[in-house]
Amino acid sequence: MRIIILCLIVLRALFGGVVEAKESFLEVTVADPYLEMHTGPASGYPVFYVVERGEKIKVMIRKTDWFKIRTDKGKEGWVYLNELKQTLTLDGQAIQLRDITIEGYRNRQWDVGLMGGDFEGAASMTVFGTYYIVPTLSAELSATQAIGNFSSSIMGNVRLAAHPFPEWRISPFFALGAGYIKTSPDATLVATVDRDDPMAHVSLGANMYITKRFIFRVEYNNYKVFTSRNDNEEVEEWKAGFAIFF
Amino acid sequence: MESRLRHLFLTVSTRTLIGLFILFASNVHAANPLDKKAEQIILPELERREIEQAKIDTEDFEVGIFVGAMSIEDFGVNGSAGLRFAYHVTEDIFTEISIGGSKAGETSFEVLSGGLKLLTDDERVFAYYNISLGYNLFAGESFFGKKAFNSDLYLIAGIGNTQFADEDHFTINVGLGYRFIPRDWYAIHVDFRDHIFNSDILGADKQTHNLEINAGITFFF
Repeated sequence: MRIIILCLIVLRALFGGVVEAKESFLEVTVADPYLEMHTGPASGYPVFYVVERGEKIKVMIRKTDWFKIRTDKGKEGWVYLNELKQTLTLDGQAIQLRDITIEGYRNRQWDVGLMGGDFEGAASMTVFGTYYIVPTLSAELSATQAIGNFSSSIMGNVRLAAHPFPEWRISPFFALGAGYIKTSPDATLVATVDRDDPMAHVSLGANMYITKRFIFRVEYNNYKVFTSRNDNEEVEEWKAGFAIFF
Repeated sequence: MESRLRHLFLTVSTRTLIGLFILFASNVHAANPLDKKAEQIILPELERREIEQAKIDTEDFEVGIFVGAMSIEDFGVNGSAGLRFAYHVTEDIFTEISIGGSKAGETSFEVLSGGLKLLTDDERVFAYYNISLGYNLFAGESFFGKKAFNSDLYLIAGIGNTQFADEDHFTINVGLGYRFIPRDWYAIHVDFRDHIFNSDILGADKQTHNLEINAGITFFF
């Protein structure tokens, strides 16, 4: 019985009309001739209601560039960012809604991204996080997995990168870094031991602003692996991917 | 003569006075808007505070779990489960990181040969991670009875790694998914995915297609 009641409560929460607690939403006045309200947060959803100039609306939540609003009459729907730009606060001030443009790209603090490429014949995948100390200098942490036919490697790297032209749409960079690589041969081969080696690298690449929060990135890395054997290894890597900035 | 002179003087002085008056009057008249303008030039110190964006809650992230079935090539169909994390960059594009796993069954060769085993129990674990880019192809309303719900049909593709038979395999995934959004804070997913990688487990190196169908729930935050 208790389980049934619990299930009913869960079902009600999931599908029923949830009574919303009194929240303090941002209240604004519509200054555009009209606002189109969509049923969902994308332009593909149909327009079902139009809010007129002068009406007061409450801004509830934001999903990407869409805002969920509630009118005085209790209608709820989604409005696109550009349509809300003219909207005023109750005391007549213009509202400042954040739009992501190339300006944001130039003043970004963080990049988080993924790249795929070729690590001396092996397929490589990299996730990275970059912090911009100043627009021309960044620190980066990355993890890479390279999967070859006979072995796979995991490496972690830290690097400092110089971005001499941060204001350019396609901005080149140069980086120096160090890290660690762990190589494990495939199990189907004759058993060989895993190897852990320190390494250093130089890198040349470029970031390109695409749109919204998207950056396309391409780079070349030259690694020097300091092996415990007599010879050091030199490995070349090409990769490309995308990043999202904040 | 005198009266003529006086007349002239009076006329000139009157005209001068009128002229002066007009000049003065027009000056006064002109001074009014100027004064107003001057008043407007000196603006009162308005407090230009930015609207707290923090008041508007952004919900671009999605996190959730899924369960389903996975067909591992040559090893039969088995249950699968995993976690999914997504970030919606625009209304159309999102990125997704997912980790999941399944456990391989027996190949038909193993079944027919009796007790012969190609892989140990540990080696049958099929674990993957992938990072993908998704595109919301058809955003629109779905009707459940008379009630309308939001939904998306999305295409997704990405790269990742699959660990199977104690080996790492570079894996490409492509798929199609359906996101059913009953309320703004959660979604129900049905996702069909093909995990493609090269494998030499059964001798020759070949491309394997590992199909997975799963259903799950995600929460926006």
